Amino acid sequence: MSRPASPLRAVAALTVMELRLTARRGENVLVTMVIPAGVLVFFATVGIVPGIAGRAVDFLVPGTLALALIASGLVNLGIATAYERNYGVLKRLGGSPLPRWGLVAAKLAAVLVLEALQVALIFAVATIVLGWTVAPGSSPALFALAVLLGTLAFAGLGLLLAGTLRAEATLAVANGLFLVLLIVGGIVLPMDHLPGPIQAIAAVLPAAALTDVFRASLGGGTDPTGPLLLLGVWGLIAAGLAIRTFRWE
Amino acid sequence: MTQAGPALALEGVVKRYGTRTVLDGVSLAVWPGELVALLGPNGAGKTTAVEILEGYRPADGGTVRVFDVDPRVGGPALRARIGLMLQGGGLDPRSTPREVLRLYAAFHTGARSVDELVAALGLGPVADTPVRRLSGGERQRLALALALVGDPDVLLLDEPTAGMDPEARRTTRELIAGLRTEGRAVLLTTHDLGDVERLADRVVILHRGSIVAQGTPADLAAGAAPRLRFRLAHRLDPAEFASLETVIAGVTPGARPIEAAGEGPGAMLVDGVAPNPVLVAAVATWCAAEGVQLLELRSAAATLEERYLELTGDAAVEAVA
Repeated sequence: MSRPASPLRAVAALTVMELRLTARRGENVLVTMVIPAGVLVFFATVGIVPGIAGRAVDFLVPGTLALALIASGLVNLGIATAYERNYGVLKRLGGSPLPRWGLVAAKLAAVLVLEALQVALIFAVATIVLGWTVAPGSSPALFALAVLLGTLAFAGLGLLLAGTLRAEATLAVANGLFLVLLIVGGIVLPMDHLPGPIQAIAAVLPAAALTDVFRASLGGGTDPTGPLLLLGVWGLIAAGLAIRTFRWE
Repeated sequence: MTQAGPALALEGVVKRYGTRTVLDGVSLAVWPGELVALLGPNGAGKTTAVEILEGYRPADGGTVRVFDVDPRVGGPALRARIGLMLQGGGLDPRSTPREVLRLYAAFHTGARSVDELVAALGLGPVADTPVRRLSGGERQRLALALALVGDPDVLLLDEPTAGMDPEARRTTRELIAGLRTEGRAVLLTTHDLGDVERLADRVVILHRGSIVAQGTPADLAAGAAPRLRFRLAHRLDPAEFASLETVIAGVTPGARPIEAAGEGPGAMLVDGVAPNPVLVAAVATWCAAEGVQLLELRSAAATLEERYLELTGDAAVEAVA
């Protein structure tokens, strides 16, 4: 009689498959790896970041880390999942012995692996190309918390889009949000350079909060409690809504 | 564990989408070692019935059992015993047959060998080709391989031979026929009568959400009312038709010629009465008088196709349109 495999083996197999397909989609490699690293190098080199006290690279590393998480959670995971729903991939997986939580676990595991590669790339580019060093007073624990909460928030938003909108709409909205958050997320442009009303909106969005937590974890900036709370609330709302509204077909 | 009951069972199953009743009290059972074809025109409710058995949709009434378990609550242990083939396949266009088969093999303990399946389904030449470059028939064979990879005890195949060329259809039918001999229960949906005649132990004809007939293909064909059927060299024009109608009604009151739905131009049958020698003579005489070539004439028992058309009017709808 046929029996299910251990969930661990099933989830591991699907995680590997997710990563293989991500690597095969050129646009995903572009948005998750090339664009964040490119933004870092470009803005650190041309010196057009306005109104910052220290070196541009110190300002840009936390922001491009946030951008990387937005790219892998919101853009990559969101769009890929939306198309998988469109192609019936999710429906077919739902008919297999893989438990539904296993599908979510595999997707999150793949996102975390991808993020580890992104972080490594950004640190390598910052260190080797731009002469960046980690400031004293950095906190690996806070850094890990930033990754986890940022993943929860942006993967949650990506799955929320993928589970409710058509694939084409998810593609458009995710790319649009990526661009908007790049500009208003305190990533390449300090927040206080934004016009007042936009600044007020940007201050409650998760991108700026994630950037602030990354900045604090790397030994800069201010008390991260506020941004951490804001990011946590976004994570709970996005993931909660995604779970409640997700349609598999 | 021994199976006392059927592998698949629907009892009085009702399914509604809004105010539309898609399944209206459907009962059917498939036993281990049996291959049942669920036959019906598009929109008859075939896919809905299969998706309820797969656990994708809840029934609005009646009971649904797969190995005595409700598929909505059976979980991974039950799903491991079911091999599915969905319409559309459910495959990522960038994945390759070999990696998808390996992935699904990893979901099962004691899965079948991926290499053997690839060979058995003739997927060798395209095993490492992205799904988006596969032909419709190759995708169908991959979807079938995916249904088999977990070595399931029951197979639910939705339109397994759709989109295949004749050669692929023949090999796929042989493969499906072989599954049953290994003691599996197989339920497949189709609107291809060739599938039914070559494969099915039993046919269930679904029409507008209700089962209108079931039995072996031979039993079903025998159930059709015998009619005199003939084929003329051309489709009759209205004047010719009226003339023939008068002659036939003249020799056998209540009898009238009609066009045989879905069997091509010139195919006719005499409705209303059983075939008899006077009718045969009347048709032949009319043809001789009018100079219309009679290509074929028979009064034998109906075929499964004729019975199917009689029950569902499936092709008749297309013939009028």
